[in-house]
Formats: sequence, C-alpha cells, structure tokens
Amino acid sequence: MKKVMTGNEAIARGAYEAGVKFASAYPGTPSTEILENIANYKEIMSEWAPNEKVAIEAVIGASIAGARSLASMKHVGVNVAADPLFTFAYTGVTGGMVLITADEPGMHSSQNEQDNRNYAKFARIALMEPANSQEAKDMLVEAFDISEKYDTPVLFRITTRVSHSKSLVELGERINKEVIPYEKKFNKYVAIPAIGRQLRHTVEDRMNKLAEFTEQTKLNYFVDNKKKDLVIASGMSYEFAWEALGDSVDYIKLGFTNPLPKNLLAKHAEGRERIYVIEENDPYIEDFCKTLGIKVFGKDLFPYTGEMTPDVIKKYVLSTNMESFEVEADKVVNRPPTFCSGCPHRGFFYQLGRRKNAVVSGDIGCYSLAVGEPYNSMDWLICMGASLSSGHGAQKIFDLDQDNKKRVVSILGDSTFFHTGINSLINTVYNKGNTINVILDNRITGMTGQQDNPGSGYNLNGEVTEVMDIKKIVEAIGVKHVRKINPNNLEEVKETLDWAFGLDEVSVIITDWPCVLKKKYMDKDLESYENVFRTKNMVLQDKCVGCKACLRTGCPSLVFNKDLKKVSIDSASCVGCDVCLQVCPFDAIVKEA
Amino acid sequence: MTKSIKLVGVGGQGTILAAKVLCQGLIEAGYDVKMSEIHGMSQRGGSVSSEVRYGKKVYSPVIEKGNADILVAFELMEAARYMDYIKPEGVVIINNHKINSMVTLNGKVPYPTGIYESISEKVKTTMFNASELAVELGNPKVANIILLGSLVKAMELTDIDFEKIIRESVKEKFVDINVKAFKLGLNQYQG
Repeated sequence: MKKVMTGNEAIARGAYEAGVKFASAYPGTPSTEILENIANYKEIMSEWAPNEKVAIEAVIGASIAGARSLASMKHVGVNVAADPLFTFAYTGVTGGMVLITADEPGMHSSQNEQDNRNYAKFARIALMEPANSQEAKDMLVEAFDISEKYDTPVLFRITTRVSHSKSLVELGERINKEVIPYEKKFNKYVAIPAIGRQLRHTVEDRMNKLAEFTEQTKLNYFVDNKKKDLVIASGMSYEFAWEALGDSVDYIKLGFTNPLPKNLLAKHAEGRERIYVIEENDPYIEDFCKTLGIKVFGKDLFPYTGEMTPDVIKKYVLSTNMESFEVEADKVVNRPPTFCSGCPHRGFFYQLGRRKNAVVSGDIGCYSLAVGEPYNSMDWLICMGASLSSGHGAQKIFDLDQDNKKRVVSILGDSTFFHTGINSLINTVYNKGNTINVILDNRITGMTGQQDNPGSGYNLNGEVTEVMDIKKIVEAIGVKHVRKINPNNLEEVKETLDWAFGLDEVSVIITDWPCVLKKKYMDKDLESYENVFRTKNMVLQDKCVGCKACLRTGCPSLVFNKDLKKVSIDSASCVGCDVCLQVCPFDAIVKEA
Repeated sequence: MTKSIKLVGVGGQGTILAAKVLCQGLIEAGYDVKMSEIHGMSQRGGSVSSEVRYGKKVYSPVIEKGNADILVAFELMEAARYMDYIKPEGVVIINNHKINSMVTLNGKVPYPTGIYESISEKVKTTMFNASELAVELGNPKVANIILLGSLVKAMELTDIDFEKIIRESVKEKFVDINVKAFKLGLNQYQG
C-alpha cells in the first residue's frame, strides 16, 4: 500500500515497522511531528520528556533493558543531549537505539545552522541520511539492524525539507522484535574510568568494522549515467541535484555517512573532469574527499549557508539564473508572526514595555515574538532555559556599578522552565541573585504547536497525569517573593511589576492564563479560567476618538480605519481578553452583549 | 514534465488543507507527487506557503523561483510577495481579500494598492473574492476549497474526482458545503 507522508510521518511509520517499543522526545521544529505520529502507534510507548537530555537518557535505559528505542529532537536539542550520547557511544546498545536529529539548513525556525553530522564523527557512531519519505522509513528500519549488529547508537540526520515535505511511501509490516532478556553487563554499561579505557578500544574496533560496512552497503551507491562529471551528495541535496542536473552527470549517493566509503569515492572519482560535492551546512563530505586527495568543488563554489535548492545548484554549476519577475517593494509590506488575538503574553509585555530601566533576558518560545512591534522587548535570547541564568550573570555585572538602575527581567515559558529553566533558577537563588524572573505559564508548549508538558495535566498519549505546580516548585527552590497573576489584568500586572522592581532579592512572577490555541482543558482549569475565550469585545464608534492607544497592545483583532479615524474589532478573531478594553482612555471598548 | 503549484496565504487560511486535497487527487490520478511546506512560526499570523509538484518522477519537493506554473494567493498582498516564483507563461489566481499585517493594522503603513494591476499586466491573472463567496455559502472557512476548485480548472485537472477526496478529507458535517465550494470555484476560473 502506498501513502503520501511527510518525512516525519514516515519516520514514525519506520519506528513502528522496526518493532520499536519505546520513544521519547522534546518538541522542536522541524522534528516535533515524529513523536506526535509515533503516539498514534499503540505498540510503541511514547513520551514527551522535559528536555532532550532526559529524552535520550530514558531511551538509553530502554535500550539497556533490551528494547528497540528511539529519541528525536531538533539539531540544537542534540547539544543538550550530548553528554549521555557521548558515553552511550562507548557502551553501545542492547536493543537497537537511534537518535534522530532534525537539522535546519537555512534556519527557517532556528537560531543557528549547526551541522549535526559532526556529532557522529565526534562521538564515533554510525550516521545515516535519508533523502525522502520512502528512504526515511526504510532506512530507519535498517538503522536498528545496524545499531544491533555493530553495537552502536545510530545518528539519523534529517533536514527541514525531509521532515516537512511529503512524498509517496510503500508501507511494510511491523517486525515482531521481542525484548532481549535483561542481563547485568557490568563491563559494558558501568562507565567508570577503568571500563571506559577498555570501551575506548571497543569503539575503535567498531568503527573499523563500520568502515568495511560503508563500502558494501546498498545505502551508498554509484549512479552511472556515462557522463564525465560526478556529483557526490547525501540527503535532500541528492534530490535537489537530480532536479537541477538530471542525467547530465554521474552520481554517488551517500545514505550511510559515518564512516564514509573511501574506496567507493576514490574508485569513481578517478579520471573525472569535474567533481561536485553538493551538501548543506558544513563541508562534511567535501573535507573527507580532500583527505583522500580527491579534487572537488565544494564550499569554494557553493554558498556556505542555506539550502542547496535546484536554483542554487543551477546557478553555481551551470551558471544559469532562472528568469523570474521581481517582487515590487511598494506592493508588499512585512507580515511578521505575532501574538495571537487573546494571547496571554500580550498584557504582560504591554506593561513591561513601559519600564525604561528593564533589561530583558529572553528565551525560546512564543514570547520571543515580543522582539517585534509594538513591544520591542528583549535584549538578548540565547537558548532554551538561558533567560534566568544569563539574566543572573548580567545583573551581577550591572550591580558592580553602585549607581546602577538597570534591572534584569528574565522571561521564559512553562515548558522552557521545565526544560532547563529550573536549574537556572536554582543557580540564581543559590548564588544570592536578585533578578526578576517571569514564568509565562500558558499551560502548554506553544510555539511548536501545542504539545503537552509536565504542567499541562496531560501526557503525550492524552492521559491525565500529575500537574507540576510551578509555584510550589519555585517556593521549594527557596524563592521568598513569588506571585501568581492574571496577565490579562493590566492593573495587577503593573502593580506586580512595581512590587518586583522594588525588591532587592530574587523574585518570581508566574502569569497564569492558557494559550488561546490550547485544546484540552481539565475541569478545574475551566473553573479557574472563567469564560476563557468565550466573549468578544467591540468598539463603541461614537466614543472612539482615534487616539490609537489600544493599538499599542499589538492585537491583530484591532483594525484602524484611516478614513474614519476610528478603531474597530474583528469579531471573528476577538476572544475577549479585555486587554484593549483596559487600555482605552475613553471607555470606548466594551464587551459584546 | 513536472508541474509546480504554489499556494500562498496567511496562517489559518487553510492553504495546507487545500494542498493536501490536491496532493491526494494527483496521487490517485497516478502521478508522482511531492509537497513541501514550512511550519514553525508561520501559524502566528505570518505569511505561509505550500508547494505541490507532480509529474512522472519528481525529485525536488520545493519550487524554484521563476518555475511555478500556477500561483494561488489566498490573500491579495501575498500574491505580490511571491511573484518571483511564477513562470512568465504561468497563471496567477488571486483571492481579492485583504488581511492586515501587524504593520498595516495600526495605520502606520498603508496596505499596498495597485497589486492586481501590477500583476495582471505581467502574467495571466484571475481575481475574485473567494472569501466573500464562502461567507455567502455559509462558512468563511471554505474559501480555500473555492480557490482549489479554480486551481483545478486552471491546471486542467477536472478529470480527477476531487469531490470524492473532499468527502474523505473533511468532517462529515462539512462535506456538503465543501463540495459546493469546490464546484463554485471551478466556475470562477475564466481561462
């Protein structure tokens, strides 16, 4: 049976067919839908972990206990998970273990463009790169065989276009993989130095065996079009190259890329007029070819950043530019993403924007949208969980100046707090910091598309589970000044900011209102968030004087009519959060009856 | 010969559902099909685009600039934004419907004018207000299926049983209105 699937759906199917029993992940674009789809296969236990390190550790445990297991994450997530990965690379597996890394050439939704293929080389583990959905499924099944046969974790590298493009997939059956009965293996799994020194040799033996495998496997192959030029490519770049160059060149397609097949490459490189290595991000294959003395065109010809789409390849290989119309600048204005109508972050950032001495330490999540108009709030933004800790360090330096008036306000969301923000808050309290820390608790992981988290009350399978009480956690860490507020109540937000700015000890403000896109509510939540998103506001046209004060809230439901010089509210999108209503100096905004 | 279809709009307008239905129809007609979209921040009122490519054998899921056979803009200004994708001999279908962006909402920057004129003098263009037609049908959300109908007509894919695919793709209570919307869209395209 053939089905059209995204790469992420195909990977989930591959996990099912490979007999995977356990999977864990932390959401991150473009990897998120892998676990969401795996959760549809009831044969696989699937879990959201609070962060990527925890996800891979749970998966390592499942492998040690004898089950095929899988972790998935976006590229920067592997940085968080690197610590356990590098030691598991030494111990090897019992049940097959695959780590999926979703890289982002071109940075569509990410802060950097790191090439995670380097992790495979760095950690000395097997690496595979599928080019489309069919390969994503088939190669994942094979990845588990390789993992078990060669006793290695397998790094499975996809990119945005593999994750989020759809193509046809021929489905297979699930392999019945029984859990391998548990045996204590002290000399394999207890990573003390004495054992580490032995395992170091095991790793080297394994890489030597894989060096033989990479020459023989059908994952790496030569495509003979009887041409003089050769293209070497892996992953989506291979598809892009075929689109751009068709059968005008020969190809080496690489699906298994650590270690790389030196004999295969050397054999087909001989006597070529030109050899192109087409790959996204780093010169990973190119550098290897150069160590073999093969002369190739790589990053000296192609751009070092962005996607190697067919137009890029045509431009640099064939020197042809596609003819296209120009976008007329006066016919287009920007359409940046913004807080939704009813987003609980709006009220908070509206009030924060009025504090001139605030230095805002940001974090990863929807609230990063406050970088733009009209809030322009955020002095820096580094990585998951860094707001609280980097804010602490900055405040310590600001306070060296006795006349310092700058107050650091560190901001993150509930999911980011659970991810690594907790550790950061512990650091601030332990080291006698005095920052203002804000946890924007919207009861969901918002930016990646409403995934449940330890504070939402549900797990990945939709089961009701324990709700982590953020206030209690913060108090248990030792924060003496904690307030939980309704961010849609502007007076309460203002008064709470006054309170926090007046303290010279660490404080935590928890804003408590759900994401407007949140779908599932527990009964007690519905009671506490009275009439949540069920009302609408309207503008009394005779009272509106067109002062535009309400527009400073940045709500997309407010529309200013230039001719009438009045504001109106789009009734279809308004959910009655009342933020604009409180801002209007003329009481022109009211609840719709 | 691989054909390339680009659907653009604003997050929440249903471009993805339209692309899905299109994809499924093309597959059932026996084509190799690839589809691409960029997720992430796009759903927060940002500009969105879905790309569908079909033919005997398709390699790239993404459309190069200057290579789209048809551009369907679910929102007026989005047509202008993606003009660099359309082939000189291609077709543009525009939903004559404006959605403000954060910058035009507050009146600081005006919503651009003269978009239709500028596009239609360069390339074959059909424009109508699918959003209004959808409201008249009884559900503003079916504008996407109206536009799909026009696209199907423009690409001469009317032999494919899209009604069946629509029936399989939307919730039962929305089937009738979506089928009506599709038929309405077919008739809106004046090639």
